[in-house]
Amino acid sequence: MSAVRIIASRLVKSIVTLLAIVVLNFFLIHAAPGDPALVMAGEAGAADPQFIAQLRERFGLDEPLIKRLGIYVWNVVQLDLGYSFRQNAPVIDLIADRLPATLLLTLTAFGVSLALGIALGVAAAARVGRATDSLITSVALLFYATPLYWAALMAVLVFSVQLGWLPGFGYESVGSGYTGITRALDILSHLILPALTLGLFFTAVYMRMTRASMLEVSTMDFVKTARAKGLPEGVIRRRHILRNALLPVVTLAGLQAGQLVGGAVLTETVFAWPGIGRLMFESLAARDYNTLLGVFLVSGAMVILFNILTDIVYHLIDPRIGATP
Amino acid sequence: MSQFWSRFARNKGAVFGLVVLAIVIALALVAPLLYPDGPWKMVQRPFLVPFTNDAVPLGTDTLGRNVAAGLVHGARVSLLVGLVSTTVALLIGVPLGALAGYFGGWTDEIAMRFTEFFQTIPAFALAIVLVAILEPTLFSITLSIAIVTWPPVARLVRAEVMSLRKREFVDAARLAGLSNMRILVGQILPNAISPIIVMASLMVATAILLESSLAFLGLGDPNVMSWGYMIGSSRTVIRAAWWLSFMPGVAILLTVLALNLIGEGINDAMNPHLARKARA
Repeated sequence: MSAVRIIASRLVKSIVTLLAIVVLNFFLIHAAPGDPALVMAGEAGAADPQFIAQLRERFGLDEPLIKRLGIYVWNVVQLDLGYSFRQNAPVIDLIADRLPATLLLTLTAFGVSLALGIALGVAAAARVGRATDSLITSVALLFYATPLYWAALMAVLVFSVQLGWLPGFGYESVGSGYTGITRALDILSHLILPALTLGLFFTAVYMRMTRASMLEVSTMDFVKTARAKGLPEGVIRRRHILRNALLPVVTLAGLQAGQLVGGAVLTETVFAWPGIGRLMFESLAARDYNTLLGVFLVSGAMVILFNILTDIVYHLIDPRIGATP
Repeated sequence: MSQFWSRFARNKGAVFGLVVLAIVIALALVAPLLYPDGPWKMVQRPFLVPFTNDAVPLGTDTLGRNVAAGLVHGARVSLLVGLVSTTVALLIGVPLGALAGYFGGWTDEIAMRFTEFFQTIPAFALAIVLVAILEPTLFSITLSIAIVTWPPVARLVRAEVMSLRKREFVDAARLAGLSNMRILVGQILPNAISPIIVMASLMVATAILLESSLAFLGLGDPNVMSWGYMIGSSRTVIRAAWWLSFMPGVAILLTVLALNLIGEGINDAMNPHLARKARA
């Protein structure tokens, strides 16, 4: 398959997935207890009967279900995700405002956990059965079982409250007036704890996968051939074993992207990180269903973005010539 | 079976997990006897530091409720939601995966597209949306967790069934005139049971983490005390009373760790020649 066809089929698949989420959202609104108009308006904003009637007309709530679905999908396609009566703003504006912070957080956590997980996995596989290996594997097991939000809280407690090393709250120092490089460093210092705690679980996942994959590939015939050719051990490890061992890790990383994006809700809540995860948490307390479903849709789109990224990485490291996915 | 146990017992981590899980289950069972007043009652002044009063060994929370009572009653909810949601997820994933793997073709195509869709959307975000819209109750929480955790089961069962359906014993069963359903349920699935058991034990762990995360965000059943709720409700006072967030977290960590260790132990004991193969 040519690159164009791969990208095209990926795009078609993404669009179908997004449409399916939109349809799911539509049915969720109707699954909520009460009148869909009331649900969309949010409970407090719904006091005015005239306004409700207006909503009914706009969303065609007296029309048959299938027609209503059409109207809903058409609205979303035009990027109309409804209005947040709690925050007095269109949902799409609220999300656009918060999205950069979430992208920064999740992409950093993704990159850090992938790099850290692969490095630790390679280290453990190289010393399999020895003390380093058992130490790394045990720590990974512990990370694997730690609730994400609890790890975040404990990190705040230790590194922010007790030691005072890093800020445990927010995106940047409020009212500091920093610009340029000082501001970037300030944001970075705020980013460290959320990104590390969000990536903790995934570091463990990637580490275990890398370790197992390295051990499996190292028993394969082409590795024996490389050894028989007399290649130095370091070259075999890097060029022959690692590159092949990374493929399943990258595939897994793509599959895990959804969990990473979902986990951001917890991290952003603990760290008061001004992203869409935090927006989701706020809309829960306010019963702001429009915002809730809007964030859900956008988080689905983010997962697709992550999948495309991992696809690109896969093709970069795949050692086979003219590899197809 | 005895061979299985002797292999399992040789795995120190798995035995540790089994002991921890046994303690958690025991505490959950005797919770109403230990603390008959339930976890919601105010027993002492608020913010009582742990190990200062023998009647409330682990201190009190922001409203003077007994933390120890909360922990043992919370164990009931965690285990219940973990077990039931895993069962429901198996009830969705096993039949879907089995049909897809056995019949192949269009059945497989449709079933796998469906599964893929559920695997693409962010699981935790979907769980949040479902619980929020259905209102948080034990029922909606359990159902939502099942809805977001079944896809890996379907994929696993599909792969197992696909590799088993080409084996001789299936051909023999077909020649003997057994129907497709009887071959699938009576012949193929029993041979795929061990990886399903391993996955189930890991899924209980995932479900407990998910339940606690939902409760942390305020999406717990308001009528039951849970570990996630305890952490969520005390996170704003973490500077003044760190133990309120710390202890339920340790309870979750230990329980989830125990389940993971047990799952790994079962895996290694069932497939001794494949031992230590990582799970994804």
